Amino acid sequence: MTTLAPPHLSPTRRRIEFIVVAIFAFLALVVFPLLNSAGVISHFTLNLWGKYLCYALLAISVDLLWGYTGLLSLGQALFFALGGYMHGMYLMRMIGDLGQHRKPIPDFLVFLGWTELPDFWKPFSNFPFALTMAFLLPGLIAYVFGFLAFRSRIKGVYFSILTQALTYGTSLMFFRNNLLMGGNNGFTDFKFLLGYDLLAPATQRGLFMATAATLLAVYVGCRWLSGTKFGLVQRAIRDGENRVLFSGYSTPQYKLFIFVVAAAIAAAGGVLYVPQVGIINPSEMTPDKSLEAVVWCAVGGRGTLVGPILGAISINALKSYATRAFPDLWLLILGGLFIVMVLFLPGGLVSIPARAKAMWLKIRPARPRLELPTTTPTASAAAER
Amino acid sequence: MKLTTLLRTGALALGTTLAAHAAETVKVGVLHSLSGTMAISETSLRDVLLFTFDEINAKGGVLGKKIEPVVVDGASNWPLFAEKAKQLLEQDQVAVTFGCWTSVSRKSVLPVYEKNNGLLFYPVQYEGEEESQNVAYTAEAVNQQATPAVDYLLAQGYKKFYLLGSDYVYPQTTNLVLLEYLLSKGVAIENIGGGFRKDGSGNIISAGKYTPFGHTDYQQIVAEIKQFAAGGGAAVISTLNGDTNVPFFKEYAASGLSAEVCPVVSFSISEDEFRGLPADKLVGQLGCWTYFQSINSPANKKFVADFKAWLAKSSVPGVVKENRVTCSPMVLSYVGVYLWKAAVEKAGSFDVDKVRAAWKSGVSFDGPAGKVATQKNMHLTKNVFIGETKADGQFKILKSFNNVYGEPWLKGKFKAKGAVATNE
Repeated sequence: MTTLAPPHLSPTRRRIEFIVVAIFAFLALVVFPLLNSAGVISHFTLNLWGKYLCYALLAISVDLLWGYTGLLSLGQALFFALGGYMHGMYLMRMIGDLGQHRKPIPDFLVFLGWTELPDFWKPFSNFPFALTMAFLLPGLIAYVFGFLAFRSRIKGVYFSILTQALTYGTSLMFFRNNLLMGGNNGFTDFKFLLGYDLLAPATQRGLFMATAATLLAVYVGCRWLSGTKFGLVQRAIRDGENRVLFSGYSTPQYKLFIFVVAAAIAAAGGVLYVPQVGIINPSEMTPDKSLEAVVWCAVGGRGTLVGPILGAISINALKSYATRAFPDLWLLILGGLFIVMVLFLPGGLVSIPARAKAMWLKIRPARPRLELPTTTPTASAAAER
Repeated sequence: MKLTTLLRTGALALGTTLAAHAAETVKVGVLHSLSGTMAISETSLRDVLLFTFDEINAKGGVLGKKIEPVVVDGASNWPLFAEKAKQLLEQDQVAVTFGCWTSVSRKSVLPVYEKNNGLLFYPVQYEGEEESQNVAYTAEAVNQQATPAVDYLLAQGYKKFYLLGSDYVYPQTTNLVLLEYLLSKGVAIENIGGGFRKDGSGNIISAGKYTPFGHTDYQQIVAEIKQFAAGGGAAVISTLNGDTNVPFFKEYAASGLSAEVCPVVSFSISEDEFRGLPADKLVGQLGCWTYFQSINSPANKKFVADFKAWLAKSSVPGVVKENRVTCSPMVLSYVGVYLWKAAVEKAGSFDVDKVRAAWKSGVSFDGPAGKVATQKNMHLTKNVFIGETKADGQFKILKSFNNVYGEPWLKGKFKAKGAVATNE
């Protein structure tokens, strides 16, 4: 394991990281749910945190591309929303005849005049099928799009624009009622998941734990991947793709693989997001949602795995707080914060410890100057990039 | 020594006022978009709600308690609406919420209100086909806007109707209801324009022409309308939403069509929308609402004057003070608060079940547009007005229908006259 360690992480830092992650995993998987069932943490708060963790998955998928491979995708929300839609189709079927119209098909189909289920909806009554589709569809779209884009050596800003166009085009398609995917309203009013009452606190607690477990698994998986030779090539592509190409590596294939993996991670976020939030509609795949995820990454610290999680949670928690406490000013507060972050903390929140250390080294009494050269952290330099 | 005494007294005084404060207020949620695409419409409702609360508080509040508004921003973000609704109900424990504009925001929060047994007052014209026990629909139902407008046009001798709308649930449902209504009034199906979509067995599942949100190119559609209107006696029934009205009416005027040749009756353009639309392009076109600012009654004049006076001295951040008008969704928010107050006072309690029972047993309020009364189906009986757009963005009232009963379930209600085949 240690031989595979990424070069920018010292063994001490790895140990610290392991301990921190273990503590948080324990908190999210054991302590918080227990406190929730004991009534200390309200259902509202736990549900809100479940939502933040879903956003963290989306942020990781952005970072895997942007921070680790140098591909700024502005379309990750598409995969997130598609995962959500596929799961949403199953949840819509589980409403049964308890909708507003008391008909055995989803309400929006009744209002469109349908009396029976369209054919492509039929298999979605089956949970394993819906779950498979939730990963297969985003994965397939990412594969086809990535194959064409990377083969044509589209990169940089052109790649960003194309991903943005992809998500925008798909959102326009989903806005149309003719697609039979709920149009502008999308899917809502879910009632059951695998037979459990979706609105029951216990179900929501289970979903929160599933989200935390998924996030942990994704984190561990990505950490492992970044330590392999694959991860090394990935970062090399980010830092100088032509050199990697001329060294004999087929970079399009590496990029394609990572693009599909990132799409699957975003889709996992969407799958868990929909039952916790209770609605999925095309506004979730508009380009600004993807941009938001990019901002979370930037604020947390891109090119790290903790950064996007930190960014997604802190920005969304701030948003939840500020839209209640300062409903008229919250956009200014958030916008101001982004500007301050970019100007004064380009490495994001994760670079704060290294920054603080560097600052302390600068201002502390001159006595232990001898140690300075050895303690100047190379790690912080890497993290700040 | 002196300082500590001062601090202690201060803390004590603060503590008592806070405690007294909590006992004498009732928390009321305001859930509208103050940012994002819907902010331009919904901020006006926030303003009028705060004005109403101040007006009620100045007269002693509700059941002796002052209204304490809890304003949150839904930010035109539908999942955020659900989150904010949860927060209002589970954390702030508001007695009632006034909020939502779009159908999708209402659909998003509905499960939250049903689960927590909350009460939401919904003030904007909507498609019906819904009757939740946790929503008080002060909004216009389709039969309080669309069908009276058709009645008016038929009485004026119009024989052909072109249906046009934005592609979402409200226009789609309204047009299906209108199709049945027009057929029931003896209008032949070939005189209903915009096209139909049928399912496999030939039943019409969608009537009218639809364009996406933000659509700008209306050349082809206007050409089609011009052709449709060529024989005379034609009118357009428009459920186009928001910004798309600008390119549509520009194209309409440019093609030589006018209100005299083929009037357009719009259900989504009120006085407030004219703050952002060129009214001079719409002169003579029709609107249909349960309130117009131009209603000539002492109650309405007082309402408009009081609201403007409140705006002038308001210190609420983000309140626009210039060129303000009043419109139907604003007045329905206003009467909603008063109806809630009346129901609470009748019930003698803020408890949602008791307030709902009081609402169902019937309460009424004399508002700016005349009397409104509650119904058992959570909707309102109210007056409906047809108006003609003037160049200053106001409406000249042409006709009114009194005490129209709000009916949410309209699909399949109107049966076609004679042997008109709907599935040819």
